[in-house]
Amino acid sequence: MAEAPRTAVIDYGMGNIHSVSKALEATGHRVAIVSDPGGLAAFSPSHLVLPGVGAFGEGKSRLEEGGWIPLLEEWIQNDRPFLGICLGMQLLFERSQEFGSHRGLSLFRGEVVPFDPGKGKVPQIGWNEVVRKIDHPLWRGLPEAPNLYFVHSYRVQTPDVDIVLGETDYQGPYPSMVGRGRVAAVQFHPEKSQLAGLRLLENFGGF
Amino acid sequence: MLKKRIIPCLDMKGGRVVKGIRFESLTDAGDPVETAALYDRMGADELCFLDIGASVENRGTLFEIVEKTASRVFLPLTVGGGIRSTEEIRKALNAGADKVSLNSAALARPEILTEGALRFGAQCIVLAVDVKRDGNSWRVYSHGGTRPTDRDALEWIVEGARRGAGEILLTSMDQDGTKQGYDTELIRAVSRAVDLPLIASGGAGCLEDFARAFEAGADAALAASLFHFGTVDIRELRRFLAQRGFPVRPPSDNALSGDSHG
Repeated sequence: MAEAPRTAVIDYGMGNIHSVSKALEATGHRVAIVSDPGGLAAFSPSHLVLPGVGAFGEGKSRLEEGGWIPLLEEWIQNDRPFLGICLGMQLLFERSQEFGSHRGLSLFRGEVVPFDPGKGKVPQIGWNEVVRKIDHPLWRGLPEAPNLYFVHSYRVQTPDVDIVLGETDYQGPYPSMVGRGRVAAVQFHPEKSQLAGLRLLENFGGF
Repeated sequence: MLKKRIIPCLDMKGGRVVKGIRFESLTDAGDPVETAALYDRMGADELCFLDIGASVENRGTLFEIVEKTASRVFLPLTVGGGIRSTEEIRKALNAGADKVSLNSAALARPEILTEGALRFGAQCIVLAVDVKRDGNSWRVYSHGGTRPTDRDALEWIVEGARRGAGEILLTSMDQDGTKQGYDTELIRAVSRAVDLPLIASGGAGCLEDFARAFEAGADAALAASLFHFGTVDIRELRRFLAQRGFPVRPPSDNALSGDSHG
Protein backbone atom coordinates (compact mmCIF):
# COMPACT_ATOMS: atom_id res chain seq x y z
CA MET A 1 0.00 0.00 0.00
CA ALA A 2 1.48 3.33 -1.06
CA GLU A 3 -0.07 5.52 1.56
CA ALA A 4 -1.92 4.79 4.78
CA PRO A 5 -5.68 5.21 4.44
CA ARG A 6 -6.98 8.29 6.24
CA THR A 7 -9.94 6.81 8.02
CA ALA A 8 -12.64 8.79 9.79
CA VAL A 9 -14.72 7.03 12.44
CA ILE A 10 -18.07 8.73 12.91
CA ASP A 11 -18.91 9.36 16.56
CA TYR A 12 -22.66 9.95 16.75
CA GLY A 13 -22.99 8.87 20.35
CA MET A 14 -23.82 5.21 19.66
CA GLY A 15 -21.23 3.20 21.51
CA ASN A 16 -17.78 1.87 21.46
CA ILE A 17 -15.70 4.17 19.27
CA HIS A 18 -12.47 3.53 21.13
CA SER A 19 -12.10 -0.15 20.21
CA VAL A 20 -12.93 0.46 16.55
CA SER A 21 -10.37 3.22 16.20
CA LYS A 22 -7.67 1.22 18.02
CA ALA A 23 -8.25 -1.80 15.81
CA LEU A 24 -8.09 0.38 12.71
CA GLU A 25 -4.83 1.92 13.94
CA ALA A 26 -3.43 -1.55 14.54
CA THR A 27 -4.14 -2.42 10.91
CA GLY A 28 -2.44 0.53 9.27
CA HIS A 29 -5.18 3.14 9.19
CA ARG A 30 -4.52 6.73 10.13
CA VAL A 31 -7.60 7.37 12.24
CA ALA A 32 -9.57 10.40 13.31
CA ILE A 33 -12.73 10.23 15.38
CA VAL A 34 -15.09 12.86 14.01
CA SER A 35 -18.21 14.05 15.80
CA ASP A 36 -19.53 16.56 13.27
CA PRO A 37 -19.46 17.01 9.50
CA GLY A 38 -17.11 20.01 9.88
CA GLY A 39 -14.56 17.80 11.61
CA LEU A 40 -14.89 15.29 8.82
CA ALA A 41 -14.23 17.92 6.15
CA ALA A 42 -11.20 19.19 8.07
CA PHE A 43 -9.71 15.71 8.25
CA SER A 44 -10.42 15.01 4.58
CA PRO A 45 -10.58 11.23 4.88
CA SER A 46 -10.12 8.62 2.21
CA HIS A 47 -12.12 6.02 4.17
CA LEU A 48 -15.22 6.28 6.34
CA VAL A 49 -16.39 3.98 9.15
CA LEU A 50 -19.85 4.06 10.71
CA PRO A 51 -19.82 1.93 13.87
CA GLY A 52 -22.58 1.71 16.45
CA VAL A 53 -24.43 -0.42 18.92
CA GLY A 54 -27.85 0.19 20.40
CA ALA A 55 -31.29 0.98 19.11
CA PHE A 56 -31.99 1.70 15.44
CA GLY A 57 -34.41 4.61 15.99
CA GLU A 58 -32.00 6.34 18.36
CA GLY A 59 -29.12 5.83 15.91
CA LYS A 60 -31.10 7.24 13.01
CA SER A 61 -32.19 10.32 15.03
CA ARG A 62 -28.64 11.00 16.09
CA LEU A 63 -27.40 10.80 12.50
CA GLU A 64 -30.14 13.24 11.50
CA GLU A 65 -29.47 15.64 14.35
CA GLY A 66 -25.75 15.53 13.64
CA GLY A 67 -26.35 16.48 10.01
CA TRP A 68 -24.71 13.26 8.81
CA ILE A 69 -27.35 11.93 6.42
CA PRO A 70 -26.73 13.95 3.22
CA LEU A 71 -23.03 13.45 3.66
CA LEU A 72 -23.32 9.68 4.07
CA GLU A 73 -25.66 9.45 1.09
CA GLU A 74 -23.27 11.34 -1.12
CA TRP A 75 -20.23 9.38 0.10
CA ILE A 76 -21.87 6.04 -0.52
CA GLN A 77 -23.49 6.98 -3.83
CA ASN A 78 -20.06 8.07 -5.06
CA ASP A 79 -18.70 4.63 -4.16
CA ARG A 80 -16.08 5.95 -1.77
CA PRO A 81 -14.53 3.44 0.71
CA PHE A 82 -17.07 2.87 3.47
CA LEU A 83 -17.50 0.31 6.24
CA GLY A 84 -20.61 0.04 8.42
CA ILE A 85 -20.35 -2.06 11.57
CA CYS A 86 -23.29 -3.62 13.47
CA LEU A 87 -25.89 -0.83 13.86
CA GLY A 88 -23.83 1.01 11.23
CA MET A 89 -24.74 -1.80 8.84
CA GLN A 90 -28.42 -1.94 9.74
CA LEU A 91 -28.89 1.82 9.28
CA LEU A 92 -28.00 1.50 5.58
CA PHE A 93 -31.20 -0.47 4.87
CA GLU A 94 -34.70 0.80 4.21
CA ARG A 95 -36.41 0.26 7.53
CA SER A 96 -36.32 -1.45 10.90
CA GLN A 97 -38.96 -3.03 13.09
CA GLU A 98 -37.02 -2.25 16.26
CA PHE A 99 -39.30 -0.53 18.85
CA GLY A 100 -41.88 0.43 16.21
CA SER A 101 -41.05 1.13 12.61
CA HIS A 102 -38.18 3.41 11.58
CA ARG A 103 -36.87 4.45 8.21
CA GLY A 104 -33.21 3.86 7.48
CA LEU A 105 -30.93 5.43 4.88
CA SER A 106 -32.24 3.16 2.09
CA LEU A 107 -28.80 2.83 0.53
CA PHE A 108 -29.39 -0.91 0.33
CA ARG A 109 -32.76 -2.59 -0.20
CA GLY A 110 -34.12 -4.61 2.68
CA GLU A 111 -35.18 -4.34 6.28
CA VAL A 112 -34.01 -5.01 9.80
CA VAL A 113 -36.05 -7.64 11.64
CA PRO A 114 -35.81 -9.19 15.11
CA PHE A 115 -34.58 -12.66 15.88
CA ASP A 116 -37.46 -14.75 17.17
CA PRO A 117 -37.17 -15.40 20.93
CA GLY A 118 -39.38 -18.45 20.41
CA LYS A 119 -36.69 -20.05 18.27
CA GLY A 120 -33.68 -19.62 20.51
CA LYS A 121 -31.82 -17.24 22.74
CA VAL A 122 -31.86 -13.54 21.92
CA PRO A 123 -29.57 -11.62 21.64
CA GLN A 124 -27.10 -13.68 19.69
CA ILE A 125 -23.87 -13.23 21.65
CA GLY A 126 -20.67 -14.90 20.63
CA TRP A 127 -18.57 -16.28 17.80
CA ASN A 128 -20.26 -17.53 14.69
CA GLU A 129 -19.17 -18.40 11.16
CA VAL A 130 -19.47 -16.00 8.29
CA VAL A 131 -19.77 -18.17 5.20
CA ARG A 132 -18.39 -16.67 2.02
CA LYS A 133 -21.08 -16.16 -0.63
CA ILE A 134 -19.46 -13.70 -3.03
CA ASP A 135 -15.76 -13.05 -3.38
CA HIS A 136 -14.74 -9.51 -2.52
CA PRO A 137 -11.52 -7.73 -1.47
CA LEU A 138 -12.74 -7.84 2.17
CA TRP A 139 -12.26 -11.61 2.12
CA ARG A 140 -8.58 -11.49 1.18
CA GLY A 141 -6.48 -13.82 3.37
CA LEU A 142 -9.49 -15.10 5.31
CA PRO A 143 -10.73 -18.70 5.43
CA GLU A 144 -13.99 -19.67 3.66
CA ALA A 145 -15.94 -19.45 6.90
CA PRO A 146 -14.08 -17.56 9.63
CA ASN A 147 -15.58 -17.17 13.10
CA LEU A 148 -16.32 -13.58 14.01
CA TYR A 149 -17.85 -11.98 17.11
CA PHE A 150 -21.54 -11.04 17.10
CA VAL A 151 -23.72 -9.23 19.61
CA HIS A 152 -27.17 -8.34 18.29
CA SER A 153 -30.92 -8.91 18.56
CA TYR A 154 -31.90 -7.76 15.06
CA ARG A 155 -30.71 -8.87 11.66
CA VAL A 156 -30.95 -7.71 8.08
CA GLN A 157 -33.02 -9.29 5.34
CA THR A 158 -32.65 -8.21 1.73
CA PRO A 159 -34.08 -9.22 -1.65
CA ASP A 160 -30.73 -8.37 -3.29
CA VAL A 161 -28.65 -11.55 -3.17
CA ASP A 162 -25.93 -9.83 -5.20
CA ILE A 163 -24.94 -7.68 -2.19
CA VAL A 164 -24.64 -10.60 0.25
CA LEU A 165 -20.90 -11.21 0.59
CA GLY A 166 -21.30 -13.48 3.60
CA GLU A 167 -24.00 -15.28 5.54
CA THR A 168 -24.35 -16.46 9.12
CA ASP A 169 -26.66 -19.10 10.51
CA TYR A 170 -28.63 -18.18 13.61
CA GLN A 171 -32.28 -19.26 13.39
CA GLY A 172 -31.47 -19.81 9.72
CA PRO A 173 -29.06 -18.02 7.41
CA TYR A 174 -29.03 -14.21 7.23
CA PRO A 175 -26.71 -11.65 5.59
CA SER A 176 -23.85 -10.79 7.96
CA MET A 177 -21.56 -9.11 5.43
CA VAL A 178 -22.87 -7.03 2.54
CA GLY A 179 -21.25 -4.83 -0.04
CA ARG A 180 -21.34 -3.24 -3.43
CA GLY A 181 -18.22 -1.72 -4.94
CA ARG A 182 -16.22 -0.03 -2.21
CA VAL A 183 -19.16 0.23 0.19
CA ALA A 184 -19.34 -2.64 2.66
CA ALA A 185 -21.00 -3.39 5.96
CA VAL A 186 -20.79 -6.13 8.55
CA GLN A 187 -23.10 -7.27 11.34
CA PHE A 188 -20.27 -8.66 13.49
CA HIS A 189 -17.56 -6.68 15.30
CA PRO A 190 -14.25 -6.96 13.43
CA GLU A 191 -12.64 -4.83 16.15
CA LYS A 192 -13.47 -7.60 18.66
CA SER A 193 -12.77 -10.59 16.46
CA GLN A 194 -9.05 -11.09 16.98
CA LEU A 195 -6.95 -11.82 13.91
CA ALA A 196 -9.79 -12.55 11.48
CA GLY A 197 -11.40 -9.21 12.33
CA LEU A 198 -8.13 -7.31 12.08
CA ARG A 199 -7.46 -8.88 8.72
CA LEU A 200 -10.80 -7.62 7.47
CA LEU A 201 -10.06 -4.07 8.67
CA GLU A 202 -6.70 -4.24 6.95
CA ASN A 203 -8.42 -5.35 3.75
CA PHE A 204 -10.81 -2.41 4.03
CA GLY A 205 -7.78 -0.11 4.14
CA GLY A 206 -6.89 -1.37 0.70
CA PHE A 207 -10.22 -0.29 -0.84
CA MET B 1 -23.36 -22.25 14.28
CA LEU B 2 -22.96 -20.10 17.36
CA LYS B 3 -19.99 -21.30 19.42
CA LYS B 4 -19.79 -22.06 23.11
CA ARG B 5 -17.58 -19.48 24.79
CA ILE B 6 -14.68 -19.90 27.22
CA ILE B 7 -14.21 -16.83 29.40
CA PRO B 8 -11.25 -16.27 31.75
CA CYS B 9 -12.16 -13.88 34.54
CA LEU B 10 -9.66 -11.44 36.00
CA ASP B 11 -10.55 -10.47 39.55
CA MET B 12 -9.05 -7.12 40.31
CA LYS B 13 -8.41 -4.96 43.33
CA GLY B 14 -6.77 -1.56 43.18
CA GLY B 15 -5.95 -2.05 39.51
CA ARG B 16 -4.10 -5.35 40.03
CA VAL B 17 -5.15 -8.88 39.27
CA VAL B 18 -5.67 -10.82 42.48
CA LYS B 19 -5.81 -14.61 42.96
CA GLY B 20 -2.42 -15.71 41.78
CA ILE B 21 -1.51 -15.94 38.15
CA ARG B 22 1.18 -18.49 37.45
CA PHE B 23 2.46 -18.09 33.96
CA GLU B 24 6.18 -18.01 33.48
CA SER B 25 5.72 -16.05 30.28
CA LEU B 26 4.30 -13.09 32.17
CA THR B 27 6.85 -10.62 33.41
CA ASP B 28 4.30 -8.96 35.68
CA ALA B 29 1.61 -11.42 36.75
CA GLY B 30 -0.49 -8.77 38.49
CA ASP B 31 -0.78 -6.55 35.46
CA PRO B 32 -4.27 -6.89 33.99
CA VAL B 33 -3.37 -5.65 30.52
CA GLU B 34 -0.51 -8.09 30.17
CA THR B 35 -2.64 -10.94 31.51
CA ALA B 36 -5.43 -10.07 29.08
CA ALA B 37 -2.96 -10.08 26.20
CA LEU B 38 -1.75 -13.53 27.23
CA TYR B 39 -5.30 -14.93 27.31
CA ASP B 40 -5.89 -13.34 23.92
CA ARG B 41 -2.93 -15.27 22.51
CA MET B 42 -4.19 -18.46 24.14
CA GLY B 43 -7.50 -18.11 22.33
CA ALA B 44 -9.97 -17.02 25.01
CA ASP B 45 -13.32 -16.18 23.45
CA GLU B 46 -13.96 -13.23 25.70
CA LEU B 47 -12.55 -11.67 28.87
CA CYS B 48 -14.22 -10.57 32.07
CA PHE B 49 -12.78 -7.93 34.42
CA LEU B 50 -14.37 -7.90 37.84
CA ASP B 51 -13.32 -5.21 40.28
CA ILE B 52 -13.78 -7.01 43.57
CA GLY B 53 -12.47 -4.04 45.55
CA ALA B 54 -15.22 -2.01 43.91
CA SER B 55 -14.49 1.22 45.73
CA VAL B 56 -15.35 4.51 44.09
CA GLU B 57 -11.67 5.49 43.92
CA ASN B 58 -10.95 2.33 41.98
CA ARG B 59 -13.54 3.00 39.31
CA GLY B 60 -11.32 5.43 37.39
CA THR B 61 -8.44 2.97 37.54
CA LEU B 62 -10.69 0.20 36.25
CA PHE B 63 -11.77 2.27 33.24
CA GLU B 64 -8.15 3.17 32.47
CA ILE B 65 -7.26 -0.52 32.48
CA VAL B 66 -10.15 -1.31 30.16
CA GLU B 67 -9.00 1.42 27.82
CA LYS B 68 -5.41 0.15 27.79
CA THR B 69 -6.60 -3.41 27.27
CA ALA B 70 -8.96 -2.49 24.43
CA SER B 71 -6.07 -0.76 22.66
CA ARG B 72 -4.10 -3.99 22.57
CA VAL B 73 -6.49 -6.87 22.82
CA PHE B 74 -9.15 -7.17 20.14
CA LEU B 75 -11.45 -9.42 22.07
CA PRO B 76 -14.85 -8.83 23.71
CA LEU B 77 -14.56 -7.40 27.22
CA THR B 78 -17.10 -7.52 30.04
CA VAL B 79 -16.50 -5.20 32.96
CA GLY B 80 -18.14 -5.29 36.36
CA GLY B 81 -17.76 -4.49 40.02
CA GLY B 82 -19.39 -1.50 41.62
CA ILE B 83 -20.94 0.03 38.51
CA ARG B 84 -24.00 1.88 39.75
CA SER B 85 -25.28 4.36 37.19
CA THR B 86 -25.90 4.76 33.47
CA GLU B 87 -23.12 7.35 33.50
CA GLU B 88 -20.69 4.69 34.76
CA ILE B 89 -22.01 2.23 32.17
CA ARG B 90 -21.35 4.85 29.49
CA LYS B 91 -17.79 5.37 30.76
CA ALA B 92 -17.08 1.65 30.74
CA LEU B 93 -18.40 1.26 27.19
CA ASN B 94 -16.51 4.31 25.98
CA ALA B 95 -13.33 2.91 27.49
CA GLY B 96 -13.74 -0.16 25.29
CA ALA B 97 -15.95 -2.55 27.26
CA ASP B 98 -18.56 -4.38 25.18
CA LYS B 99 -20.69 -5.40 28.11
CA VAL B 100 -21.15 -4.22 31.66
CA SER B 101 -22.13 -6.58 34.44
CA LEU B 102 -24.46 -5.32 37.14
CA ASN B 103 -24.99 -7.15 40.42
CA SER B 104 -25.60 -5.28 43.71
CA ALA B 105 -26.59 -2.12 41.83
CA ALA B 106 -29.39 -4.00 40.03
CA LEU B 107 -30.61 -5.51 43.30
CA ALA B 108 -30.65 -2.11 44.96
CA ARG B 109 -32.36 -0.42 42.02
CA PRO B 110 -33.62 -2.83 39.34
CA GLU B 111 -34.59 0.12 37.09
CA ILE B 112 -30.94 0.49 36.15
CA LEU B 113 -31.31 -2.59 33.91
CA THR B 114 -34.04 -0.90 31.87
CA GLU B 115 -32.26 2.44 31.77
CA GLY B 116 -29.07 0.78 30.58
CA ALA B 117 -30.84 -1.37 27.98
CA LEU B 118 -32.83 1.54 26.53
CA ARG B 119 -29.80 3.77 26.30
CA PHE B 120 -27.09 1.31 25.22
CA GLY B 121 -28.99 -1.79 24.06
CA ALA B 122 -29.85 -4.94 26.03
CA GLN B 123 -26.89 -6.73 24.44
CA CYS B 124 -24.44 -4.89 26.71
CA ILE B 125 -26.32 -5.28 29.99
CA VAL B 126 -25.23 -8.40 31.85
CA LEU B 127 -27.10 -9.28 35.02
CA ALA B 128 -24.62 -10.93 37.39
CA VAL B 129 -26.29 -13.10 40.01
CA ASP B 130 -24.55 -14.76 42.96
CA VAL B 131 -26.64 -17.56 44.40
CA LYS B 132 -26.56 -20.15 47.16
CA ARG B 133 -28.76 -23.20 47.59
CA ASP B 134 -31.59 -22.75 50.08
CA GLY B 135 -33.61 -25.96 50.37
CA ASN B 136 -35.13 -26.68 46.97
CA SER B 137 -34.32 -23.30 45.50
CA TRP B 138 -31.49 -20.78 45.31
CA ARG B 139 -31.20 -17.51 47.17
CA VAL B 140 -29.61 -14.39 45.70
CA TYR B 141 -26.71 -12.75 47.56
CA SER B 142 -25.47 -9.21 47.11
CA HIS B 143 -22.27 -7.27 47.80
CA GLY B 144 -19.90 -9.86 46.43
CA GLY B 145 -21.79 -12.72 48.04
CA THR B 146 -21.58 -11.34 51.54
CA ARG B 147 -25.22 -10.37 52.09
CA PRO B 148 -28.23 -12.64 51.64
CA THR B 149 -31.23 -10.96 50.03
CA ASP B 150 -34.86 -12.05 50.18
CA ARG B 151 -34.89 -12.79 46.47
CA ASP B 152 -35.27 -16.19 44.85
CA ALA B 153 -32.71 -16.69 42.08
CA LEU B 154 -35.11 -17.84 39.35
CA GLU B 155 -37.64 -15.11 40.10
CA TRP B 156 -34.93 -12.46 40.10
CA ILE B 157 -33.45 -13.67 36.82
CA VAL B 158 -36.86 -13.69 35.13
CA GLU B 159 -37.48 -10.18 36.43
CA GLY B 160 -34.02 -9.07 35.27
CA ALA B 161 -34.69 -10.41 31.78
CA ARG B 162 -38.03 -8.61 31.67
CA ARG B 163 -36.38 -5.38 32.79
CA GLY B 164 -33.82 -5.44 30.00
CA ALA B 165 -30.81 -7.60 30.84
CA GLY B 166 -29.33 -9.17 27.70
CA GLU B 167 -27.26 -11.89 29.32
CA ILE B 168 -26.98 -13.68 32.69
CA LEU B 169 -23.72 -14.27 34.54
CA LEU B 170 -24.67 -16.95 37.04
CA THR B 171 -22.34 -17.78 39.91
CA SER B 172 -22.96 -20.69 42.24
CA MET B 173 -21.44 -19.69 45.58
CA ASP B 174 -21.79 -23.29 46.77
CA GLN B 175 -19.50 -24.49 44.00
CA ASP B 176 -17.19 -21.49 43.73
CA GLY B 177 -13.65 -22.42 44.74
CA THR B 178 -14.45 -26.12 45.24
CA LYS B 179 -13.24 -27.35 41.81
CA GLN B 180 -16.13 -29.86 42.03
CA GLY B 181 -17.81 -28.64 38.84
CA TYR B 182 -20.45 -26.10 37.94
CA ASP B 183 -23.91 -26.44 39.51
CA THR B 184 -25.59 -28.11 36.53
CA GLU B 185 -28.97 -28.32 38.24
CA LEU B 186 -28.91 -24.53 38.65
CA ILE B 187 -27.83 -24.04 35.02
CA ARG B 188 -30.71 -26.25 33.85
CA ALA B 189 -33.23 -24.38 35.96
CA VAL B 190 -32.10 -20.95 34.72
CA SER B 191 -31.95 -22.13 31.08
CA ARG B 192 -35.55 -23.24 31.35
CA ALA B 193 -36.61 -19.99 33.01
CA VAL B 194 -35.22 -17.45 30.51
CA ASP B 195 -34.24 -17.31 26.82
CA LEU B 196 -31.12 -15.24 27.41
CA PRO B 197 -27.50 -16.23 26.84
CA LEU B 198 -26.18 -17.75 30.06
CA ILE B 199 -22.63 -17.65 31.42
CA ALA B 200 -21.98 -20.32 34.06
CA SER B 201 -19.52 -19.51 36.82
CA GLY B 202 -18.19 -21.16 39.96
CA GLY B 203 -16.69 -24.58 40.46
CA ALA B 204 -14.77 -25.50 37.32
CA GLY B 205 -12.03 -27.98 38.17
CA CYS B 206 -11.35 -29.98 35.03
CA LEU B 207 -12.09 -30.23 31.29
CA GLU B 208 -15.14 -32.41 31.84
CA ASP B 209 -16.80 -29.71 33.99
CA PHE B 210 -17.05 -27.42 30.97
CA ALA B 211 -18.71 -30.14 28.90
CA ARG B 212 -21.25 -30.71 31.70
CA ALA B 213 -22.04 -26.98 31.97
CA PHE B 214 -22.64 -26.72 28.21
CA GLU B 215 -24.76 -29.88 28.22
CA ALA B 216 -26.86 -28.37 30.99
CA GLY B 217 -27.59 -25.31 28.84
CA ALA B 218 -24.82 -22.78 29.47
CA ASP B 219 -23.72 -20.75 26.44
CA ALA B 220 -20.46 -19.74 28.01
CA ALA B 221 -18.36 -20.90 30.94
CA LEU B 222 -16.30 -18.61 33.09
CA ALA B 223 -13.39 -19.55 35.32
CA ALA B 224 -10.60 -17.70 37.10
CA SER B 225 -8.03 -19.61 39.12
CA LEU B 226 -8.28 -22.72 36.96
CA PHE B 227 -6.91 -20.77 34.02
CA HIS B 228 -4.63 -18.52 36.07
CA PHE B 229 -2.80 -21.47 37.59
CA GLY B 230 -2.60 -23.28 34.30
CA THR B 231 -4.62 -26.26 35.61
CA VAL B 232 -6.59 -26.10 32.39
CA ASP B 233 -5.07 -24.78 29.19
CA ILE B 234 -7.60 -22.98 26.97
CA ARG B 235 -6.23 -24.49 23.77
CA GLU B 236 -6.44 -27.98 25.23
CA LEU B 237 -9.96 -27.24 26.51
CA ARG B 238 -11.06 -26.22 23.02
CA ARG B 239 -9.65 -29.39 21.50
CA PHE B 240 -11.36 -31.48 24.18
CA LEU B 241 -14.73 -29.80 23.65
CA ALA B 242 -14.47 -30.11 19.87
CA GLN B 243 -13.79 -33.83 20.22
CA ARG B 244 -16.84 -34.12 22.42
CA GLY B 245 -18.96 -32.55 19.69
CA PHE B 246 -19.49 -29.10 21.19
CA PRO B 247 -19.36 -26.15 18.79
CA VAL B 248 -16.20 -24.20 19.67
CA ARG B 249 -13.94 -21.97 17.63
CA PRO B 250 -11.21 -24.02 15.97
CA PRO B 251 -7.79 -23.17 17.46
CA SER B 252 -6.57 -22.22 13.96
CA ASP B 253 -9.00 -19.30 13.85
CA ASN B 254 -6.85 -17.02 15.92
CA ALA B 255 -3.66 -17.89 14.11
CA LEU B 256 -4.27 -16.95 10.48
CA SER B 257 -1.39 -18.03 8.36
CA GLY B 258 0.84 -15.27 7.10
CA ASP B 259 -0.76 -12.69 9.31
CA SER B 260 1.46 -10.22 11.07
CA HIS B 261 -0.77 -9.32 13.98
CA GLY B 262 0.11 -12.27 16.18
